[in-house]
Amino acid sequence: MRLVTTTKLALTALMRAKLRSLLTTLGVVIGVAAVIIMQSMGAGATALVTGELSGMGSNMLMLVPGATQGMGGASLGAPLFTPDDVDAIRRECPAIKYVSIMNVRSVRVVAGDENRSTNVYGVSPVYFDIRQWYPAMGRILTDEDDRQGAEVCVIGETNRIELFGSVDPLGAELRVHEMVCRVIGVLEPKGASTFGQDQDDLVLMPASTYARRIMGDDRIGVMMLSAVAEDRIDEAKAQVESLLRQRRRVLAGEDDDFTVRDMRELIAIMGRITGVLTSLLAGVAAISLLVGGIGIMNIMLVSVTERTREIGIRLAVGARTRDILAQFLVEAIVLSLLGGLIGLIIGVAGSFAASRMLDLPLALPHQAAVLAVGVSVLVGVLFGVFPARKAARLRPIEALRFE
Amino acid sequence: MATSTAPLLSLRRITKVFGEGDATVHALRGVDLDIDAGEFVAIMGTSGSGKSTAMNILGCLDVPTFGQYLVEGISVEALPADVLAALRNDRFGFVFQGFNLLPRTSAVDNVELPLIYANVSGRMRNERARRALADVGLSGRDRAHPNQLSGGQQQRVAIARALVNEPEVLLADEPTGNLDTRTSAEIMALMTALNRDRGITIVMVTHDVDIASHARRLVTFRDGIIVSDQSRAAA
Repeated sequence: MRLVTTTKLALTALMRAKLRSLLTTLGVVIGVAAVIIMQSMGAGATALVTGELSGMGSNMLMLVPGATQGMGGASLGAPLFTPDDVDAIRRECPAIKYVSIMNVRSVRVVAGDENRSTNVYGVSPVYFDIRQWYPAMGRILTDEDDRQGAEVCVIGETNRIELFGSVDPLGAELRVHEMVCRVIGVLEPKGASTFGQDQDDLVLMPASTYARRIMGDDRIGVMMLSAVAEDRIDEAKAQVESLLRQRRRVLAGEDDDFTVRDMRELIAIMGRITGVLTSLLAGVAAISLLVGGIGIMNIMLVSVTERTREIGIRLAVGARTRDILAQFLVEAIVLSLLGGLIGLIIGVAGSFAASRMLDLPLALPHQAAVLAVGVSVLVGVLFGVFPARKAARLRPIEALRFE
Repeated sequence: MATSTAPLLSLRRITKVFGEGDATVHALRGVDLDIDAGEFVAIMGTSGSGKSTAMNILGCLDVPTFGQYLVEGISVEALPADVLAALRNDRFGFVFQGFNLLPRTSAVDNVELPLIYANVSGRMRNERARRALADVGLSGRDRAHPNQLSGGQQQRVAIARALVNEPEVLLADEPTGNLDTRTSAEIMALMTALNRDRGITIVMVTHDVDIASHARRLVTFRDGIIVSDQSRAAA
């Protein structure tokens, strides 16, 4: 029998049993769509986190006092850094491009009748280069501001809204602690961080101004550094470490009393977290696929009673075993592929919708999609063809009398 | 066609056993039966006499436990499955008590079925199927589905299907079993005409004496053996 005839035969048979065809297809559709949506959400969350972290500058290093403790923390009690340390790093570490002071404190700020508690940073002007932050209004801090200890500040979008509302903030006065400083710029809104922090809830002023007017002390809590290139981070780290061991008189064999952290560690940690999330979703997706597969299997097996009689009739009028098999194989492939295709479309559409609703980047899981379609088609074909094969090998009279 | 004197169909010492152990049923206990081309044979017997089993073996729908079945002198046990399928396709036409039409499938598509497996082209299939339907008096009902047809009409479709590939033998298992008397008479008239005018060999199982009286030879089964085999003048 020719393939064209077989295909026609199979398609006719499918059209005759529309409900059965629909139900079979549905199993595949659900399995495939569920896997794709789950996986795209997992991949989207991962992409969001890693994207945001590398957006922070992947050649960025963070220098904090205290020995390294586990994954994140550094012990308290170690001496803070000094302005001389900053100069020394600038001078003696060729793999370091920028060095910025980053002191921070939560302070109540007042503008006119409004007041709120926010994070006030004392930073070097290069801090804006390291973080790649740009002003939406006005300007950012300059070396001149830092040298003079100018009483100026740049504020985040949240503070602009909360403190100034519709009033133009540029040139306005903001009282921080006992000091009054002039707002010279507003940063571009950055939204919430991966960790849920509002990145726009801040006020930045020159490190020198902060040291004198807020801290009353020029010691430095945290430094942000950036390596000249991403592939020189290890070199940069080593240079900073050896310099600081010397300056802080750490004896050979003793642990560092400071920690240089790079973004890769953070990315690795977040990667592990989102990895767990992705595996979890993969598990759910696998279960969906299993349920879909069982659905396909059931409908295929249930329809076998009717099909066995049909097979008996076909055998009685002269069909060979291979004619029957070819027909059922084509039927199963058509249904499964159709289901796979519809599942794919729904899955992709669902992924779009999910990424839109959950505000995740769209990441379509190609491998998972291929796997889901593959498994569904395999299940469909196996359970479509095997019962048919069994029936086609019966003596015609047994197939005809099958109840 | 056989040129020798071998009968068209020949059952030799056929036994058929169903089941195992205590549940064993001996459906046929050594049956010898020769049928020549052109005969119209009625096989009678009570239910469980083995008449349907013999019929299924004749049509290559079932195989005997022991014994030999020869079609034109050739033993079918030795034939591969595909050759048996071909045999069912072009030598035999089947008519069943329960019609055995494909549901949700038009009359003409049902009748085309044997032609599909005979590799007849689509256009030719349709033409021949329509002609076969016309031959059994169903022209104009080509597109009707089995559930839109009466029992007699469904059996006519089944007969058209049995005849469409121009078989030598028509095997009918209780063809009127599900039909009323008048429809039965019509179906029997059709079968008699096929035997008389086209020379088609007919083997028909029935338990109805009136129906059997249409045949020229009457074979009676009881408890798995043939107890009588008599020929008579044409009805």
